[in-house]
Amino acid sequence: MNYNWDWGILFRDPYAGWILEGLWWTIVISLLAWVIAFTLGSILGVFRTTSSPILRAIGTCYVELFRNIPILVQLFLWYFVFPEILPDDWGRWVKRDMPAPAMTTAIVALGLYTASRVCEQVRSGIEAVGVGQRQAGRAIGMTEPQVYRHILLPNAYRIIIPPLTSEFLTIFKQSSLALTIGVVELTAMTRQIEEYTFQGFEAFTAATIVYSLVTFTVMFLMRFVDKRTALPGTFASGGA
Amino acid sequence: MIEMMAVNKWYGKDFQVLKDCSLKVAKGEVIVVCGPSGSGKSTLIKTVNGLEPINSGDIVVDGVSITAKSTNLDKMRSRIGMVFQNFELFPHMNVTDNIEIGQIKVLGRSDEEASEKAAALLKRVDLSEHALKFPSQLSGGQQQRVAIARGLAMEPMAMLFDEPTSALDPEMINEVLDVMVSLAGEGMTMMVVTHEMGFARKVADRVVFMDYGEIVEDAKSDDFFGSPRSARAQDFLSKILNH
Repeated sequence: MNYNWDWGILFRDPYAGWILEGLWWTIVISLLAWVIAFTLGSILGVFRTTSSPILRAIGTCYVELFRNIPILVQLFLWYFVFPEILPDDWGRWVKRDMPAPAMTTAIVALGLYTASRVCEQVRSGIEAVGVGQRQAGRAIGMTEPQVYRHILLPNAYRIIIPPLTSEFLTIFKQSSLALTIGVVELTAMTRQIEEYTFQGFEAFTAATIVYSLVTFTVMFLMRFVDKRTALPGTFASGGA
Repeated sequence: MIEMMAVNKWYGKDFQVLKDCSLKVAKGEVIVVCGPSGSGKSTLIKTVNGLEPINSGDIVVDGVSITAKSTNLDKMRSRIGMVFQNFELFPHMNVTDNIEIGQIKVLGRSDEEASEKAAALLKRVDLSEHALKFPSQLSGGQQQRVAIARGLAMEPMAMLFDEPTSALDPEMINEVLDVMVSLAGEGMTMMVVTHEMGFARKVADRVVFMDYGEIVEDAKSDDFFGSPRSARAQDFLSKILNH
């Protein structure tokens, strides 16, 4: 192989800046998409476990719809198809006039898709807390919302910290798909460096390391959070 | 105080778990419900506070029908204490918080009032030194006593016990039964699903025997243990008493 290694490229202007800028947008996309996914997913997860058949049906439909379409297809649907089926004025706004159309679309698409996965985690967490806890709450006269607020959710979230961490890491990595609709995040910046310099090995090695550093940091932090929020002998008692 | 009238309940279409169950519990009475596993005892007791909905019949607690549309079931439940087989203390709260949460969130008591009440009840169930521990740090018997305190904190008009000692190691059963005996002595209206026949003999005013979802026998406890009328109750008693 005839290849001129030049690791120095990564630290040279403007390429170092590109990588940092790409990382910044990757983080922005991931965090904002996560806010949508976590909020909506939690609400839907609650829906799927309530006593109301209507809310349960809404939750189920959402999950089946969003979980079963590949995220890349969803991204294209939101970006290329959705504006076309809107009334003209709205479509134009989505395509052109709203702030950062491609970035916003990527955030919303990733968030809505991941919400379906967060929903299932929240649902399984609530189910793991158990019928007995729900009954114990109702038996002292709590309303259903109170039971969720004070009993089911605080325990469910503790149980699902590890799978939720995975979901966040997945969103972080999937944010790279945003480049397909023209968002210049970390992976796109990396490709740009390759195209400008033909130093693809160095550029993609750098991207690999940057992605890994972030995921390792998140994992480390969440392990700490998991430990800090753990209850002494969680759920070991009474078969609950 | 509690009146069940021809209560029927099905699980699905085919399985009838309660068949025409009628039962009256007067104020201050202690009723023990016993019967073989799967006979519907737990379901029966959970229908009293509406944790298990019923398909037909009616249940009236303190003059209020649980099937009436106008009834606020949450409010009614807050006036009936319930103790579960698996304790079901809230694992993320310490003992005191477990006893306070219903008082604060449901009854709207102030923090001071609730904590005063919790401290008094913990003293009563002899667990004052465990006030700040988490449920998982207590033995089963201790947890069940906290659960009773949690129920009493609501100042209920009646207490329901669903196999309160079945999940306990033998040496812890008595500490829980002692609390229940003293409650009965104070005139608390109680419905107790249990296999503790010693408790039934000593404390119960009446024993209700269930089998296959039916109330087969409803007798004064002396009569029940002395001369059970039905063959099924005789059979049941001979199985659990002779060993």
